[in-house]
Amino acid sequence: MKIPVKRFIAVILLLFLPVTVKAEVKEYALPNGLKVLLVENHNAPIATFQIWYRVGSMYEQIGKTGMSHLLEHMMFKGTKMHGPKTFSRIIQRNGGVDNAFTTKDYTMYYQKLASDRINISLDLESDRMANLLIDPKDFSSEKKVVMEERRMRYEDDPQNLVYEAVLAAAFENHPYRWPVIGWMSDIASIKRDELYNYYRTYYAPDNAVIVIAGDIKTDRIMKDIEDTFGKIKRGADVKTPVIEEPGQLGKREVFVKKEAELPYFLSAYHVPDLPSKDGYALDVLATILAGGKSSRFYKSLVYEKQIALGADAGYDGLHKNPFLFFLSATAAPDKSIEEVRKALYEEVDRIKKEPPTGRELQRAKNQIETSFIMGEDSIFFQAEILGMYEMIGDWHYKDEYLKGIRAVTSDDVMGVARRYLVDDNMTMGILIPQRIKAIGDQG
Amino acid sequence: MKRLCLLLIFIMFPSTVFASEIATREVLPNGLVLLQSEQHNLPIVMVTLAIKAGSLVEPAEKAGLANLTASLLTEGTKTRTASEISDEIEFVGGDLSSSGGSDYITVTLSILKKDVDKGFELLSDIVLNPAFSGDEIKRKKALIKGTLKAEEEEPSIVASRAFKKAIFGDGPYGRPVKGFPETIDRITRDDILDFYSRFYASNNAIMAVVGDLNRSELKALMDKYFRGWKQKDIKPVLYLQPSEPTSPKLIKIDRDVTQANIVLGHIGIKRDNPDFYAVSVMNYILGGGGFASRLMTDIREEKGLAYDVESFFLPQKETGGFEVVLQTRNESANTAVEEVLKEVKGMMADPVSEKELGDAKSFLTGSFPLRIDTSRKIADFLAAVEYYGLGLDYVQRYPEYIREVTREDVLRVARKYLHPDRYILVVVANQRKAGVKY
Repeated sequence: MKIPVKRFIAVILLLFLPVTVKAEVKEYALPNGLKVLLVENHNAPIATFQIWYRVGSMYEQIGKTGMSHLLEHMMFKGTKMHGPKTFSRIIQRNGGVDNAFTTKDYTMYYQKLASDRINISLDLESDRMANLLIDPKDFSSEKKVVMEERRMRYEDDPQNLVYEAVLAAAFENHPYRWPVIGWMSDIASIKRDELYNYYRTYYAPDNAVIVIAGDIKTDRIMKDIEDTFGKIKRGADVKTPVIEEPGQLGKREVFVKKEAELPYFLSAYHVPDLPSKDGYALDVLATILAGGKSSRFYKSLVYEKQIALGADAGYDGLHKNPFLFFLSATAAPDKSIEEVRKALYEEVDRIKKEPPTGRELQRAKNQIETSFIMGEDSIFFQAEILGMYEMIGDWHYKDEYLKGIRAVTSDDVMGVARRYLVDDNMTMGILIPQRIKAIGDQG
Repeated sequence: MKRLCLLLIFIMFPSTVFASEIATREVLPNGLVLLQSEQHNLPIVMVTLAIKAGSLVEPAEKAGLANLTASLLTEGTKTRTASEISDEIEFVGGDLSSSGGSDYITVTLSILKKDVDKGFELLSDIVLNPAFSGDEIKRKKALIKGTLKAEEEEPSIVASRAFKKAIFGDGPYGRPVKGFPETIDRITRDDILDFYSRFYASNNAIMAVVGDLNRSELKALMDKYFRGWKQKDIKPVLYLQPSEPTSPKLIKIDRDVTQANIVLGHIGIKRDNPDFYAVSVMNYILGGGGFASRLMTDIREEKGLAYDVESFFLPQKETGGFEVVLQTRNESANTAVEEVLKEVKGMMADPVSEKELGDAKSFLTGSFPLRIDTSRKIADFLAAVEYYGLGLDYVQRYPEYIREVTREDVLRVARKYLHPDRYILVVVANQRKAGVKY
């Protein structure tokens, strides 16, 4: 499958000298617009290949939600050269593992392989970037698979249903309001040709970024990328939708009644995305509130009052457009969700009134910084973090992240809590458990 | 939103990433087995301490005792409160956790090199000097019971619990590691103190240390913090092999869900069974190999019946289970079970093809470096290698064992270890819609 090396390769190499010279990350751009980020790491004889497409559920239309994710599934169903049911088999036969995921903003495919086999990724991924079949029979069967996936992840998971309902209420205009997997009736209604057009529109070298980390040789792999992906033509100009979410003018509440054991609530607040000064402060705020057993939520709700099984705060800033800050808790058995909510908001109010102590602030920063360093132990994570930042704007944001975290002050933390964690900016979802039926007949 | 998570049991997939032995092994004067792998790429240290004090050695009427004891380690020592422990470790961005298990419990430490002394000090303190205060016991019991209740919400967990109970009964592998609300209520502080004093001993533990420490640095830390850990005379606990069912049995659990959660299976093998390698290859082809497996090809790829279907053996110290697990909409439950049984019987009817065999072997031998690609994973792997007595040259020997497996071996172990005539079938579903006929 290996494509023969061309004689004029040396000339081509000059075209993609690193745009940015950094010690660890090398960046290249092919003439067809494909961007490549490489991280050499020779700690073990393995490598990870990731390809990131700038398409996710925010690019979809009403009535056709779930297209990006359905397409991700179909990407494993074969090309002219590699028939159906072969992609993952080839990877596994070579001792590798592969998978993919779709988000609101992007879609990512990856393989992990022994480094001397990483070219298999180049061959297979370049092939399916250009030559996907989307066979009608496979298409209708795979839709059923995705509907099963939706049943598993949402229909039968009460807390995920609350998440889905909260997003649908928190955003009025922005496509962040629908689930990545899509609404059930939309998945059913997507036509083969619609999906194929979607593929043709968004799957092109100039709408993708490759990230490879591991035991690779930069020069060698760039030559091979040119030989494979370099032949694919640019796509049509893709416009990223510019959609503004109108400001929220008051508290919103949604309720989900579903067979469940324990009450649960999830609040969401509109916040700025990363990188931004407020974004870093929100990350520190989330850690002070809910990062580990020394956090305020754990100490108050789980440990001292013993009214919650768990309480969480999360800032999800890695989005193309501003997203949300979440607060949530699951009540302990026989505790009311009102009591849990009251205790949680006492903590939120406290941090709005007085800044966190110096030790709390330093602890949160140390937690964030250490987990960042420990993440570097995985070449997959090394590649993934670059890809995520590149998808939301620029991989260089990664380098600014720790600087941004270090610069956060106690007043910044109190400030973002005051600015964003306010009722008028809140959408709250509450799970009202319906009684689970008694265990049925055993025969 | 992953397409599929390949649930692979990491212990099953070694090959050659380390040219020589993966770690050094030393039995310390107090009997503690110390394994070390130096990794100097990052200034971090990962420790996994495995203690042979899992639910395997707890009494059935106090189910949950082993897990409760383990999870209380971080909740206070003779000189530190629970909050002080979490504050000290989290202030340096580290993590110190303890958790139960069936064969053994684990205490893990993740820490930056610059804080490694503090990390070992805390690790030693929680393992050697736990307080087991009445308040903390009460608190932890309530939390564990609450978690058990929350898990009742997840149909897949409900199905898995019912299955394990059906094949292992009251035996250690038949109960949740967390125990049951009524057995947890029964556990007293004296039970915990007694369990701790019987099983928490240096000669009953394995410590794996991976990361940016050289031998002398580790030796100094061990001298300082673990030399005082005492050996004990550990009395073996009798394990009673559960009796196996002789005919198929169906367990239906009614829930208002859209998908039937199905588990079909029976008793499997022990980890030290010499057929382990042939069984690994056989199961990969049947349902362990993700998209390369027969079950996935049939049930997902061709019929679109499920998002995920897989089979696995859980080879443990004692005989573990064999399970096929899938979710499908209520209405197609019967069809899915029919296909599972067809594929299981197919494995027993004819030898697998040369291609299937070759593909399985290449994956199993080739994918190991990926299974131990971080220091944390290496530490956990080393503890398991030692516990199951696989030897430090296991990463070299494993590929040889796999390569030796023949088509005849695969057929033989399929016929020996698959029992489509006496399975347990658990279906958690809307039973009216599922109408299970098996």
